[in-house]
Amino acid sequence: MLALIFRRLALGLITVWLVSAIIFLGVEALPGDACTAILERDAHGEALEKCRAAMGLNTPALPRYIAWATGILQGDFGLTASGQEHISELVGYRVRNSLLLAAGALSVGIPLSILLGTMAGLWRDRWIDILFSTGAILAMTIPEFVSATVLILIFAIWLGWVPAIVLTPADARPLEFFPEFILASTVLTLLMIAHIMRMVRSSVIDVMASDYVQMATLKGVPYWRIVFRHALPNALLPAINVIALTVAWLMGGVVVVEVVFNYPGLGRLLVDAISGRDLPVVQAITMIVAATYVGVNLVADILSLLLNPRLRSHQMRSR
Amino acid sequence: MAGPPLIDIRKLCIGFRGRAGTMLPVLHEIDLTVCRGQSLGLVGESGSGKSTLALAAMGYLKHGLQKLSGEVIHDGADIFARSASELEKIRGGRLGLIPQNSGQALTPTLRIGQQIHEALHLHCALPEGEHEARAIDLLAQVRLPDPQAILRRYPHELSGGQQQRVAIAMALAGEPDALLLDEPTTGLDVTTQAHILELLRDLAAARNMATVYVSHDLGVIARVCDRVQVLYGGETMLTGPTAEVLRDPAHPYARGLLASIPRLSDRTLPRALEGRPPPPGQRRRGCAFAARCGLATETCHAERPPMIAGAGAQNTRCFYPDRVAGMDAGGGGAVPGHGASDGPAALRLADVAVRYDRPGLLARLRRVPRNPATVEGISLHLRRGETLGMVGESGSGKSTILKTIAGLMSPAEGRIALGDGSLLNATVEQRRPDQLRRIQMVFQNPDDSLNPRQTVAEILSQPLRLYFGLRGKALQGRSVELLETVRLGAHYLDRRPGQLSGGEKQRVAVARAFAAGPEIVLCDEITSALDVSVQAAVLELLNDLKGLHGTAFIFVSHDLTIVRALSDRVAVLYQGRLCEIGPTAAVYGAPSHPYTEVLLNAVLEPDPEHTPRLLTEDAADLSPPARGCPFQRRCPVKCGRICEVDAPPWQETGDGHAIRCHIPLADLPRRIAG
Repeated sequence: MLALIFRRLALGLITVWLVSAIIFLGVEALPGDACTAILERDAHGEALEKCRAAMGLNTPALPRYIAWATGILQGDFGLTASGQEHISELVGYRVRNSLLLAAGALSVGIPLSILLGTMAGLWRDRWIDILFSTGAILAMTIPEFVSATVLILIFAIWLGWVPAIVLTPADARPLEFFPEFILASTVLTLLMIAHIMRMVRSSVIDVMASDYVQMATLKGVPYWRIVFRHALPNALLPAINVIALTVAWLMGGVVVVEVVFNYPGLGRLLVDAISGRDLPVVQAITMIVAATYVGVNLVADILSLLLNPRLRSHQMRSR
Repeated sequence: MAGPPLIDIRKLCIGFRGRAGTMLPVLHEIDLTVCRGQSLGLVGESGSGKSTLALAAMGYLKHGLQKLSGEVIHDGADIFARSASELEKIRGGRLGLIPQNSGQALTPTLRIGQQIHEALHLHCALPEGEHEARAIDLLAQVRLPDPQAILRRYPHELSGGQQQRVAIAMALAGEPDALLLDEPTTGLDVTTQAHILELLRDLAAARNMATVYVSHDLGVIARVCDRVQVLYGGETMLTGPTAEVLRDPAHPYARGLLASIPRLSDRTLPRALEGRPPPPGQRRRGCAFAARCGLATETCHAERPPMIAGAGAQNTRCFYPDRVAGMDAGGGGAVPGHGASDGPAALRLADVAVRYDRPGLLARLRRVPRNPATVEGISLHLRRGETLGMVGESGSGKSTILKTIAGLMSPAEGRIALGDGSLLNATVEQRRPDQLRRIQMVFQNPDDSLNPRQTVAEILSQPLRLYFGLRGKALQGRSVELLETVRLGAHYLDRRPGQLSGGEKQRVAVARAFAAGPEIVLCDEITSALDVSVQAAVLELLNDLKGLHGTAFIFVSHDLTIVRALSDRVAVLYQGRLCEIGPTAAVYGAPSHPYTEVLLNAVLEPDPEHTPRLLTEDAADLSPPARGCPFQRRCPVKCGRICEVDAPPWQETGDGHAIRCHIPLADLPRRIAG
């Protein structure tokens, strides 16, 4: 079992390493570099040479990659393109803010979607199922900038409960984000519920029709005990991977929502960095997002292994 | 004899709502009674409503079904009128169910202990503190070794026989008055089946329980039931004492069913019951069986026959019970054809071994000794036009050997050569089209092996185009020819597998194999997913095809009677090793390998006088022993250390019959009989 987890972990690390190499090569392959970006029109002749020498861009790619990668391992992403800020500091607060937003959306969204999905599955084709399922589809299909705008319209402009535009700095204390945080995480929750709910619903329907649920009924097990003890643990297994993808998507920064609410998260920083051609920041954020995806999926894999006895011993045997 | 009935079903009708909104009946005015200490067998083909009836006895209807009329009296009240909490008390308490496939009926995420504790928690009067001891006691009662260890296991970690025993233990937890058994041994090995049935008989007798067995297998019914109730199209056709029904059934359907069962004692092929049962819910006038009945008259098609007294103590739903006795019951089917036994070889296997495990890098570096191979030392040949049967319990490697010959797995050692001496490459990808064409395979379940999106024409045209380049008219003509070979007409060409019955689908699968013009056809349990009546028709078909074009067959089955009916030679396998091989008559006669004897003695026959002999415990999930005889752990006549240390020698009896055992041939029959 432990050996299996270590194997998964090793595979995850290899993936992250490959991603770092691809990101680095990708940026190398782009025409221009950090200096041409900073100097813009002056990027020629002596000024360019000087800048490159100062930023160490004249050394060959491999040593630069190694320096960059070892820096990341120590938590140091280097300097921004302008050379005035440490990326780690700049990114640090943004990561915290994005995590905060994701945590807010997930802590409501996951239990809610599991609950709704289970109810829809148990009362399949009844009004409750039709209501929840169409509601979830509707929520998913409305683009986030529309739902966000509508929420701002209602809560900020009509009701005046929250300010319409917030200019909280990235390094503010978490509580200061509260008003826009609520609205932003509501929008995200609406977006994510449909995926998980539909997965849970179909899985609950399958499991409730299975031989072992019929057997439990004929063993005289009360209905709700069957649902919680026999059906749900099995029904949630296939949902774990969908949940993991949603979690990774949220933690990777959600650009549109952050922009609409002017929320200082990772996604907005990425947009700003791209428009400002700040390649080192783009590289750093991409690395963080990639590592998050790998990490979350790793956790999901391990979780499925832990929760599914069949998978566990099958994997052990085939090893 | 046994007081008032425990379960009394009166005029029960169950149906579902069809597309047009009308109610379509699945069960039709069924009466059923069973008392303490009695056992009743419900028999019928799939779709006859026998499982629906058994579940209805517990007040349970599958999704979409409704009770239309009638009642199920249990304990003085209609079970369908009871409240949910009363039903929870009765189910698993006074009425226990043993499901068909315990592997799927046990919750996969809960340990065996948790599931048995749940049953005890719900239905056992003992204080919670004594439940642990009770659970262990129950597992010991169903003769599971090491109950404490079993309690900690998950369902998938047990073998099929063990899962079935756990389900029985769980049903016993509620101290039931009556047990309902829904095909309790279908899908289990012959030996395991015989053991489980003996166990159930003993338990029912010791606890004076009523038992209702649902089965399509008259052999099972013969072994365990006092009375039989035959269902057809949702109606009771015949009831009576088991011995009478099996000896001289008073209904034409029961006769046909009986005649379609292959028997060890019968040298001819079973006779197929023509036609197919009506789909559940079909509206009809007259007798449900009229369309397939040899005795049917105009009256039969117009009026529903009443239940009347037939021969002996039987009641039959037939207008002419006295004419039924004139029909012949079983026997007299087609004589099995035999292929040439000295023709040129079609296939040779030399010392083939197959492994499933691949040692990891670490294990290789540390030189960890490898597990014994799954299949080892298989040397055999197949002549042109010959049928070689392969028998053995699950895990005996018979399917693995077929897959290796077909190139779906690659052998770890050994060689496989075609008749002309050309070696076969290991896997399908490496084989030449010509080699692929010469070996074709028919799989167990046609639902999985036929593409549901393709029509029969498309299914058949693939090999015809690929191997013979047929197009247009020629393609069409050849497809029709193939369908006629498997006794299906040209009108089947446009149908899709979903529109065919199980037997028809399997015929299409056989036709597809023959489309390639193969030299060797590999049949992997091709009748085990079919009803007995349909199985007989497929057996007849294969028997006819045997003579055709000198094609050789390898026929794998766990059913010894079928293998006997079809094969020229038989190979007996245990845990991937050959035990015995030779002409069919020699293998099924004496002397034979102790394992062959174990298998033969466990076979159930639809004959009330026949008693299976249990020579040894049923199989446990073990890998083969590293050395010595593969059968050493279960052998009833093991002679001592020599069996554990030395691989037994092949002993020839002549005529190509060889037995792999340390015991001298002359001693074998005496040792086993004693």
